[in-house]
This record gives sequence, structure tokens and C-alpha cells, in this order.
Amino acid sequence: MSSSGPERERYWQRNLRLVALLLLVWFAVSFGAGILLVDVLDRVRIPGTGFKLGFWMAQQGSLVVFVVLIFVYARRMDRIERECGVDEERGRDEEGGA
Amino acid sequence: MNVQAWTFVIVGLSFALYIAIALWTRAKSTGEFYVAGAGVGPIVNGMATGADWMSAASFLSMAGMISVLGYDGSVYLMGWTGGYVLLALLLAPYLRKFGKFTVPDFVGDRYASQTARVVAVVCALFVSFTYVAGQMRGVGVVFSRFLEVDIDTGVWIGMGLVFFYAVLGGMKGITYTQVAQYCVLICAYLVPAIFISIQMTGHAVPQLGLGADLVGSTTPLLDKLDGLHAELGFAAYTEGSKARLDVLCMTLALMVGTAGLPHIIVRFYTVPSVRAARTSAGWALFFIALLYTTAPAVAVFARTNLLETVAGKEHATLPAWVANWERTGLIRFQDKNGDGRVQYVGDPAANELEVDRDIIVLANPEIAGLPDWVVGLVAAGGLAAALSTAAGLLLVVSSAISHDLLKRALMPSISEKGELVAARVAAAVAVVAAGYLGIHPPDYVAAVVAFAFGLAASSFFPVLVLGIFTRRMNAPGAIAGMLAGLGFTASYIVYFKFVAPDNNTAEHWWFGISPEGIGALGMALNFLVATLVAHLTPPPPEHVQRLIDRIRIPRGAGEAHELSA
Repeated sequence: MSSSGPERERYWQRNLRLVALLLLVWFAVSFGAGILLVDVLDRVRIPGTGFKLGFWMAQQGSLVVFVVLIFVYARRMDRIERECGVDEERGRDEEGGA
Repeated sequence: MNVQAWTFVIVGLSFALYIAIALWTRAKSTGEFYVAGAGVGPIVNGMATGADWMSAASFLSMAGMISVLGYDGSVYLMGWTGGYVLLALLLAPYLRKFGKFTVPDFVGDRYASQTARVVAVVCALFVSFTYVAGQMRGVGVVFSRFLEVDIDTGVWIGMGLVFFYAVLGGMKGITYTQVAQYCVLICAYLVPAIFISIQMTGHAVPQLGLGADLVGSTTPLLDKLDGLHAELGFAAYTEGSKARLDVLCMTLALMVGTAGLPHIIVRFYTVPSVRAARTSAGWALFFIALLYTTAPAVAVFARTNLLETVAGKEHATLPAWVANWERTGLIRFQDKNGDGRVQYVGDPAANELEVDRDIIVLANPEIAGLPDWVVGLVAAGGLAAALSTAAGLLLVVSSAISHDLLKRALMPSISEKGELVAARVAAAVAVVAAGYLGIHPPDYVAAVVAFAFGLAASSFFPVLVLGIFTRRMNAPGAIAGMLAGLGFTASYIVYFKFVAPDNNTAEHWWFGISPEGIGALGMALNFLVATLVAHLTPPPPEHVQRLIDRIRIPRGAGEAHELSA
């Protein structure tokens, strides 16, 4: 096994930090902008359209952000895994049929 | 060709395609039957997940619900998509690394407890059966409206088709049929939306049309609709009227419920690697969001069209589609003041028109005067949405019985061949039972949907998340948590939906939280009770600690299936 205990621990901590950050965004766009602050944001219009900002966040914007969040997570995790040496590709040669 | 001929041709072609795919992808092993041999690419799996997820409710009812609820409809838009973020970040990669076949498999192994496994099986069966009855009904409704066969015959035809490809092909057959069904349903949704968007706003992209000015004026479409609502005494479309706390709880309950639905989770066992599980969740949500961001546009177009066509007009001069739907009883007009005009207003005492929300998507092409083939396409799309979801659910039912109950609990020595036969028999029985529920629907189908999400939110989700992210969580904690969450949520829903439906109003709800949103509190209670009980009982044994280590690290995901499949 090439990935030692501390490396695995570091991988797990970075993973948790990334997940916490992304969930914060997830919460901010949907529950924050789309629900709790909707009345405040509705006073602003998105320039060039008829959208009130809060309404748009609730029915369009948060959905778009959700999709982006998952792809960002997938990309960042790929990098973290390579850097900590726990990615699947290398594992296959070294661990064999474990 | 008329509408009916077009519908027969398009629906017939789509069915022929599904059958061809089923014949070409027969499952030969239990691995192929349960998880398609874990060999499905992330984009293909994303598309299949999209079709699996988007049911008759998403396709037929959601735009209609939003057009009635306005801003409050955001609950469904955010709730049914935000769950995928939780699924992708907190569950999918780890469950893929775990690498067995079902959700009860994970619960049973992680908590090293047959009791926990059986509780999970019961939840999975209940959630899936609730859901599937609604799908079969949806199939029947589409058949009866567009092909003029009666509802029961429609259900039989749908059952026959699902039987054929779910029983024969298992997950492998279902996956590739779902890809075809996604293509059919998304075209059927987008084509009329694009046509109508061009008609009303001049924009070909409905998501932009929603925020644009009406053709030939400088008033934004949304302002026009708010104005119409104010004139007729409805609450402003873009503001909504539900209490914020209830909106918050409903959204959270739907999100968490989505992430806890077994037929969605199991789709992430079918991809070849942990990496693929992550990107696949992204693609799934992308394909889902295509429809979900179009729905609010469809809702606004339909609402505006409807109000302008009927409100204050003489009943005798209304277009033919109104009379068509009046015949089905889904539009009802009662001339209360006897002036021959349609008073469609916010005040229930004076209102004379009732429009069933389920017809908005189906009637939209007719309301906008689109060509006949579009109507046929929409019918095929509705069927694709209902059939694909039904098939995914039936697979969960069959694997819960043949794998979780027979193989893992009652008859551990059953051979692979025997298990595959049992899986097919269970799928067949489940199809027949679902069809029976579709033909004789309990009157509370709509009420039970709240149940399915509430139960998934308050039982599965906390147990799965705690099982992955905390080492200390043990079997007594998990079981106590599931029972507390489930018991609390179920009794709240049962009380307001069945025991005292007259009390089902905001004054009687706890903190103004509706039964649809109570799953959010149930989930919190589950987390709380589970953590408390786990700290009062011994930590999980050594082999479970090793299992937790193994699922947290992606390395070596390929082997899990080769060992067990």
C-alpha cells in the first residue's frame, strides 16, 4: 500500500473541508437567496430581463448552481485524490485483487 | 393525419424501440440484473437516472402545480434538484466504493445487524410501492385521454410493457431503455415549450422567454401575469402565500427525501468507479435541470394563456379544447351568477371555473394551437416518464425481496441461478401488484407521496450519512434513530392526512409546518436520537471500523463487484 495512514487522514480532512464549503454555497443559493432573503432580493431586477432576482434564484438560478457544484466537486476530488495518492487508477496495479 | 393517428404512430414507435432494446440487453447474472454489471458510463447513467427520477408527477403535474402556486412552486423545483447535491457529495461515491447491490445491503453490513437490514428492507418496499402505484395510474390517464381506450386497459398495456423489459433485462435492460425514454420525454417537453416561447416572447429558449417582454409590448411577461392575478384577486404570482418556515421545511424534506430514495441511490452502484459515480451525479442533475428549468416557463406561459383565454369570456364562445377537457371532468365550469360568462377569480365563493393542475402540460399544445404531431409527442413523453420510473422502482422491490430478504437473511445458501429466478419472479409479482393498485387506486395516492418523501428523509438519509461520516455510529443508534424519525414523521402525516383531515390547516400544524415538510423535523430527530443512543452504547466492532476505512478511500473500487458478482 503506497498511501500511508497520515496521507489517508489528510485526504479525508481535505475532502471534508471541500464538502463543507460546497454545502455552504448550496445552502446560500437555495435556502438563503431563494427562500429567506427572497423579499429583499425581489427588489432588484436582473438587468435586461423581467426577472426579480429572488424569484429567479428560487426557480432558475439555484438549479443552475446545483449542477455546477457537483461538477466542481468531481473535478476537485480528482485532484485531491491524485495528490494524496488514493486515486483508483494507481490503486488497481498496486493493490491487485485486495 | 389527425391527433389520434399521430399519437398511435408516435407512441407505437417509442414502444417498439423499448422492446427492441430489452431484447438486445438481457441480463445473464445477478450482477447484471441488479446493477447492470457495474459497467455503465457516467453520461449514460446520468441520463438513465434522469428518466428514473422524472416520473409522471414531474412530467405531467409539476408545471401545473407551479402555475397554480407561483413562487410557492419553487419548493418542488429546488427540493427535487437540491437533493442531488447531497447525494453527490455525501452518499454516491461512498456507496459505490462499498460496492454491493442495494441500500439495505449497506445498512445491514455497516451496522452489522440483521434487524437494521430488515428495517431498511421494509422502508425500501414501502417507499417504492407508494411511488409505483402513482406511475401506473399516470400511464392509464395518458392512454385514456389520447388513445381512447379505457383507463384499466391502459394500465394493462403499461404493465405488459414494463413486465417485458424489467423482468427480462433487469437493471441492464432498464438502464438502456431509460436512456431512450429520457430522449423521448425531454423532446416531448421541450418542443411545445419552445414553440410557445417563440409565440409569446419571441425567444427560442424558454428559460429566457420567461424573463422577456411579451411580443408586441414592453411589459415583461411576469409583470403582465402579476397584473392579471391582481385584477382577478389571486395572490401575486411571483410572491406566493405560504409561510416562509413551511417553504423552508418542505424544500429541505424534499431534498433530503430525494437523496434517500432507494431507486435513485441504486443507480450509482451501476457505474464502473467512484470517479464515475461523482460525474454521473452531475450529469444526472444536468439532464434533470433541462426539464426542471423549463417547467417554470411552461407554467407561466400556460397560466397567462389560460387567464387571457377564459377569464371574463362568454362560456359559449370559448375554444374547442375547453369543451374537450370539460368532457373528461378535468375542467369544470359552474355558472354561479347565471350571466353566461366565466368568472375565474381568487375568491372561492365567486369563482366559477375549476382547472385540474394535471392537464396543464397535456393541454398546453392545444391551448397554444400547436400542430397535431406535438400532441402525440407529449403523450409519448408522459408514457416514457411514467414507465421509466415504474421500471426503476420495480427493480428495487424485486432486489429487496430476492437479494436482501432471501439471499442475505432467509436462505443464504441459495445459488446465483436460484437468486436470479427469484429476482425475476419477485419483479413479475411486483408488476402485477403495482398494476392492481393502478386500476384500483387508493383514494389517497396524492397523500401517500408526502409519505414516501417524508419516510425516505427521516429514515434512510441520516442512517446512511452517519454510517459514512462517523465511526462511532453503531447498530442500536441507527435502529433507534430510524424508528424515532420514522415514527414521528409517520404519525404526524397519518394524523393530519387520515385521522383528522379537517384539522389539516396552518393553525393546527406545529410551528406552521405542513405534513409535506415534517420530514425535515423527522430527519433532525433521527440524527439527534441516533447520536445520543450511539454514545450510550458500545462502539461498533473492529471489522466495521475496517469497512468504514475502506469506503472512505476510493482506491480499489473495481474489485468489490468482481468478488460478489
